[in-house]
Amino acid sequence: MAPHLIPNNAPNRTPSSTASILEVRDLNAWFGNNHVVKSVNLKAAYHSVTAIIGPSGCGKSTFIRCLNRLHEETTHATVSGKILLENIDICPPSVDPVAIRRKVGMVFQKPNPFPSMSIFGNVAAGLRLAGIKRQSVLKEAVEKSLHYAALWDEVKDQLHSPGTSLSGGQQQRLCIARALAVEPTVLLMDEPTSALDPISTAKIEELMTELKKRVTIIIVTHNMQQAARISDQTGFFLLGELVEFGDTSQVFTAPKENRTERYITGRFG
Amino acid sequence: MERHFDASLRELKEQLVSMAGLVERAIDNATLALQNRDPSKIKDVYEIEKKVNLSHIQIDGSCLKLLALQQPLAADLRLIIAIIKINTDLERMGDQAVNIAHNAERYLKETPIKPLVDLPTMFSQTRFMVGEALDAFVKTDLALAKDVLTRDDQVDALKNKIFRDVLELIKSAPQGIEAGLDLILIARNLERIGDHATNIAEDVIFAITGEDVRHSGRIETIKEILK
Repeated sequence: MAPHLIPNNAPNRTPSSTASILEVRDLNAWFGNNHVVKSVNLKAAYHSVTAIIGPSGCGKSTFIRCLNRLHEETTHATVSGKILLENIDICPPSVDPVAIRRKVGMVFQKPNPFPSMSIFGNVAAGLRLAGIKRQSVLKEAVEKSLHYAALWDEVKDQLHSPGTSLSGGQQQRLCIARALAVEPTVLLMDEPTSALDPISTAKIEELMTELKKRVTIIIVTHNMQQAARISDQTGFFLLGELVEFGDTSQVFTAPKENRTERYITGRFG
Repeated sequence: MERHFDASLRELKEQLVSMAGLVERAIDNATLALQNRDPSKIKDVYEIEKKVNLSHIQIDGSCLKLLALQQPLAADLRLIIAIIKINTDLERMGDQAVNIAHNAERYLKETPIKPLVDLPTMFSQTRFMVGEALDAFVKTDLALAKDVLTRDDQVDALKNKIFRDVLELIKSAPQGIEAGLDLILIARNLERIGDHATNIAEDVIFAITGEDVRHSGRIETIKEILK
C-alpha cells in the first residue's frame, strides 16, 4: 500500500509510543455458569498491533468482544474486571456501550457489508447514525476512510454500487473503512482474513501495518504466521487463561511457557 | 502423536551428525599424520573434505526446504537456525583439517626442529572440545555445551605458547624456519577448530534456551563503541 494513504499529519494521540491506550485488569467473562475468560491482565500500547492466538474455544473471541462491550449483548453473558480505555473504565453500566463501540471499532471474520446499502452508504452509516447529515462532511469522511482502507482507487468510480457487489477481500476492506469512518482509537479484528484468499489476506495485512499509525489494533487470528508478521505483541490464550503475553518476536522464537511452545510448534491444539 | 515435521527434523539432525562424524575423522587423520609421522593418513583428509562439502550443501538445502515449507517457530525454528550455523562451522572445521594436512605433509618432508610436546596436548584438548560440542548437540545437553565454552581459553593459551617457543627456536636456528612456520600454522589451525567448536556450543545453547551467549561480557563494550 502506498504510504501516502496515511497522511504525515495524522493526529498523534499519544505522548509516548510505549504508553498504554488500553489496559485490561482482572477481566473475567461468563456465558451463564461457563467461565470463558479467566482473570486476564493485558496492556496494549498506542499504535501497536496485538495478536491474540490460541486454539478454538480458548476464549479469545469472547475476550475481544468484551473490549467493546459486545459480549454483554449475548443472553446470560456476564463480565467482571476493568477495561481502561485511555485510563477510563468502560465497563460500568453508566457508560454508554454505543459510545464505546464508536471508540472501539470491530471487524468480523466474514465481511458483512449492509446488503441494502451502497459502498458510500456503508461507510457513511456510522456517521449518519451519529447524526451527521451534511453531505460534504459525509463525502469527505467516506473518501478519507476508503483511502485509509486502501480501497479508494478500486471503488471511487462505483461509490453508489451495492457494497455486496465487491469481491470478498474488497468487502472486508469496506468493513474496515466503515469502522474507521467514526474515527475509533482501537480497532478489534476477529479473524479478519480467515475467509479471504492469500492476495486479499496480504492486502489486509499490509493495511494493518499502515493503519496502526492511526489506530491501535487487536486481532484474533488462527494463523500464527500472520500473527508473527503483523503484530508487535502476542497473547496466547488457553482454556480462558492468558498463558503468555509478550513481544511477538520473543513469543515466536523463545516462548517462556511450555504450553505456548507446544501450541505454536503444533504439538497440541 | 509425533508430527511429520519431527521426522523431518530427526532426519536433518542425522544428516548433521553424519557430517560431524566425517569432520571428526578428518581432524583425527590430519593430526595423527603429524603425530605418528604417517603421511598415508593425509590422503583420507582430502577425500573426506569432498564429502563434507557435499553434506554442507545438502544440509543447507534441507534447512531451506523446511523453513519454506514448514515455517517452524519457537524451539523448531531455533533448532533449524542452529543447524544452519553449525553446518557452516563444521564445513570450516573440515577446511582447517585440510590445512593441517597440507602443513603436516610439508612438515613431514623436513627435518623435525623439535619433539612435539605442546602440539599433541593441543590436539587432544581441541578434539575434546569438538567431541563435547557435538555431544551437546546430539544429547541436547546444556551443561556440556557450557563446559565447551570454558575450554577455549586453554587452547588459545597453548597456541600462544607454541608460537613463542617455536619463534625462539627458529631465531636461534634459522634453518628451521620453514618447519617452524608449519608448526605455527598447525597451532593456528587447531585454535580455529576450537573457535568453531565454541560456536557450535553457543548455537546449541541458543537452540535449547533461546539465549544468545555469543561475545558474552563483551557485547556492552561493543555497543558502546558503536554508539
